[in-house]
This record gives sequence, C-alpha cells and structure tokens, in this order.
Amino acid sequence: MNESSSVGIVKPQTAHFTEPLTLKSGAVLPQFDLVYETYGTLNSDKSNAVMICHALSGNHHVAGKYAETDKNPGWWDNFIGPGRPLDTDRFFVIGLNNLGGCHGSSGPSSINPETGEPWGSEFPLVTVEDWVDSQARLANYLGIQQLAAVIGGSLGGMQALQWALAYPERVRHALVIASAPNLTAQNMAFNEVARQAIITDPEFYDGDYYAHGAVPRRGLRIARMLGHITYLSDDAMGAKFGRKLRDGKIKYSFDVEFEMESYLRYQGDKFAGEFDANTYLRMTRALDYFDPALEYDGDLTAALAKAKADFLVVSFTSDWRFSTARSREIVKALLDNELSVSYAEVTAVHGHDAFLMPDPHYHSILRAYLRNVDTGGAK
Amino acid sequence: MTAPKENLAVLTQFRQDFAIIADWVKLGSKVLDLGCGDGSLLYFLQGSLDVRGYGVEKDDANWLACMGTGINVIQMDLEAGLSGFEAQSFDTVILSQTLQAMHHTEGIVQEMLRVGREAIVTFPNFGYWRHRMQIISGQMPVSENLPYQWYDTPNVHLCTINDFEQFCAEHNIQIEERRVLTDGKPISVMPNLMGSLAMYRLQRGDMKQA
Repeated sequence: MNESSSVGIVKPQTAHFTEPLTLKSGAVLPQFDLVYETYGTLNSDKSNAVMICHALSGNHHVAGKYAETDKNPGWWDNFIGPGRPLDTDRFFVIGLNNLGGCHGSSGPSSINPETGEPWGSEFPLVTVEDWVDSQARLANYLGIQQLAAVIGGSLGGMQALQWALAYPERVRHALVIASAPNLTAQNMAFNEVARQAIITDPEFYDGDYYAHGAVPRRGLRIARMLGHITYLSDDAMGAKFGRKLRDGKIKYSFDVEFEMESYLRYQGDKFAGEFDANTYLRMTRALDYFDPALEYDGDLTAALAKAKADFLVVSFTSDWRFSTARSREIVKALLDNELSVSYAEVTAVHGHDAFLMPDPHYHSILRAYLRNVDTGGAK
Repeated sequence: MTAPKENLAVLTQFRQDFAIIADWVKLGSKVLDLGCGDGSLLYFLQGSLDVRGYGVEKDDANWLACMGTGINVIQMDLEAGLSGFEAQSFDTVILSQTLQAMHHTEGIVQEMLRVGREAIVTFPNFGYWRHRMQIISGQMPVSENLPYQWYDTPNVHLCTINDFEQFCAEHNIQIEERRVLTDGKPISVMPNLMGSLAMYRLQRGDMKQA
C-alpha cells in the first residue's frame, strides 16, 4: 500500500459571477457567489481537474483542515490526498458549495445584494441542472475547459451524471456513486416528511425566519433524524445500537431510553445548530426533481444518448435509499448507448452512508478506476 | 500520463484457446465476456481485434484485476440472468470455462443467445480419457482443466462433448463451429475421448437462414 496523507491545511475561496444565471424554473439569478476549495496543482494544460459534487448536507470543505486544531477534516478527507484514491499528486481537485447552500455560496441565508437582507423565501428553487450549469461557470472561472472527472455520491452522483449530459465535451469521466437516475416515490416521501417537519415548525415564518430572529430548529432536527434512519441499514443500526439502553435500565419515560435515540437526537441537534432549514428544503427538492428521462417519456437510454464520458457506477448492497437496482438502471442505459462503463456492487453493511466510509475494497475500486484516468490532455 | 497497467504477467503467456476465440470474434465487434475472471481474455481481444468489450464478473478481487487491465467490467452474478443487457445488443457473448460452474446452465446459454448474435462457450471435457481413467481408478478427476479437488471445486455441472451437443440439439441451438484442444493442441480424432477442452461457436437454431 502506498503511503497516503491528508491534503493538510486548506483555505476556502469565493468566486463572484456577475453574468445572470437562468434557472430551470425560469427564475434568474442576476449574480451569485460560489465558495470553493482546491487541492493539488492544476497542470499546465489544465487537464487534470476533478470536480467533487456534494450531496444533501455537504459543502466545499471536502478535504483537509482549516487549522491543525480542527476536530474534523473535510467530509471526504479519507478519499482525497497524496497517495489516497483520488491522488492529489496527480489530480487538481475542486470542491464547491452548491447554489442554495448555507456555507458561503449564494443561498437563502446569504445576503441578497439587491435588498441587503437575507434572501429567505425569495431565493429560487434550484435543480441539479442549475447546479451543474453553475459548476461549469466555476470551471470557466478556473480556466478549465475539460474536467478529467466529475465525482459524486448520492445527490452528488446525480450531478456527475448531469455533467455528462449537459456538457458531454467537458467531462472525460463520471463517477456516479450510491446514486439513482431519479427518486422513487418512497424516497421522495421521506423528503416530503422532512420538509413538512420544517415548514410546520412555528419558527419557520414561511422561510423568512431570519427577519424574525428565529430558527426552525425543531423541524430541521426531526428532518435530520429521519434522514439518518434512512442512511443506515437495519443491520448497521442493529450492530451499532441494537436495543442497548442508555442507562442500563428502563425508566418508563419519553426521555432517552435507548442508545439509538441518543444517537438520533445528537445528530439532529448538531445538524439543527449548523445547517439552514431553507437550504435543506431546496436540497431535497433538487433530489425530487432530478429525472433526466422525463423529457424522453421515461426512456433513460434515450436520455443518456448525449453522454460521451466514461463511467464508473458504484452501489452498496445494504443501501436501501439508493438501492443497487437503481444504479443498475444507470448502467443498463449506459450499456445501451455503448458507452464505456464499469460497475461495482460493494458488499457493505453501512447502508447509504457507506459511500463516505473508508472501506478498503471500496477505496480499492476508486483507486483502480482513477489510476486509469488520463491526466494528460483531451480525449 | 496513465498509471502503469498491473496484472500483465498472465497476459504474456500465449493461450491457444484465446487464439481460437480471437479467430471467431470479428474485428471491431462488440463483445460481452461472461465470468471474465481477471480480464485477460477481453484485454487480449481488445488489443488484437479492437473489440468494444465488457466483462461481467462477480468476484471482488477479479473485478479489481480487470480494472488493472483497463477493461470495462460489470459486477454481477450470472446466475441472476442477463436482464441488464438488451436483446441482440452484442455481436458475440463469451462464456469461457465457466459453464460447468453455473447452476442455471440452461438459462445462461439461452440468455447468451438472446443478448448476442453469436455465443462462444468453452468448457473442460469431462469425457477426456485422463478423467475417465481417474474415475475407473476410483477417484474424482483432477487435471489441467479441472484443477480442483472434489471438496473445493466450484464446478457443479460437468459434461462431456457428447452431452453438450445433445443439449444443443434439444435446445434449438445451432453449433456453427467446434474446436477441441488438449495441452493447447487441436484434436480431431475421437474428440470426446482425446479432448481436454471443448470450444463451441453457437447460434440460435431459429436464427439460421433457410
């Protein structure tokens, strides 16, 4: 095994875009900011760039730390760095916070330059297509014509797929991990419950809670608790918590009795303290709306005919929110189009969360695929 | 710059069965290799015939070995069928020395001829005289093409050349061509007795021109 290490200390940057962006909904963002980080070095012909697309609650801080004393590194640090599967000795890696986010890019909690107030409910609904269009603007800004690869898990995988559809000449490889060509009704149903938790919170104020000095913390907390249940498999929850009691005996109360409850409450509280409810609403809607086959009468093969990139599709056996069957639908449509595609089905117990875990075989898959990704010029 | 390829040691050995398969596969055609192992056959065909190929493999270590050669590999269990592949979407579908390890033997051969215009099937001939001798001497056969002991073999459906040809006749499968090898050399006399490896090029019977 190669020696591997983290990318070390990193610093976010902000790109300001003044050319209006027309969104899929028809709304127009006259200007917008994207906050991003980069790791590694862009080569002289700018052919070694890799974009990381984040999922529901992710952001631009993908790898490294801001200070040695930071408790946690970026959200996919185990994957990125010198000698790691996405090797920053070879690749120039870009992570960004998507539009509508709450970590520095333009979004509901950022200041609308036209009013000087937070956007709040006025911030338009953004789609996967809009994100990819804005990411292409970021690539332009960095002087990158063609990405060596776009990589994403879950909602990020939808963006990787969309890159290959919207900008077939601008992406050589798409890595679509633990994702789906659209959400099933059951999957959207979870999103709806999460949104209802937020929207019916009295502190929500129709999305303009900033002006009221309020935070719909309860709604966001419940939304996140629900999400966490669906990101884990039954087996993983069983192995992690089982029926373990927090204090060793039943107390006949609605306080925390079981360890599992303690975990969910902790995750919910933590998230509610650092994430924006309006962003959560928009991220779940972007998930719901993504459906590239829609304008092809549900024919995914026809929808993917535009793609030219080489693909790696990865799924996890215990992931029931983005099941292996959904990944296989993507694979079939790519095969139908005679595109270069490899597919790995990882035996994993962690459910949907597995795509962020440093499982050795999973990382071997990514490492093996990325070794074959050429960093030296156009395809 | 592309990182150097791994696992090439096996590819440098000449394999007569690969050469015969290469003879049957058309230049630039589209090939599906079922149970592709470490990917060496498909790597060889891509290099020599410029085929557009996909391998299918369920084993994790083999999947990684395939990726090391740079071929496309789809991880799935052949026992579940080939529903992920459109009918008649490949020129040739190959099942190289895997038939005998399949549980759904009938299903996979039918599926190969649904997905491919042509199928190539190779298997160790259980009727080979060395195998017969070992049976007569009271032991399960172990040989170059049947390298396993009875207790650790993945093989569940061993057959002879005669058995397979009867199977084809009963399943409306047309044998286009047959080659039989022993120690890499072609066998023409008494193949079911003298042959160690059987190789077939197949089409659907109802696909034949009248």
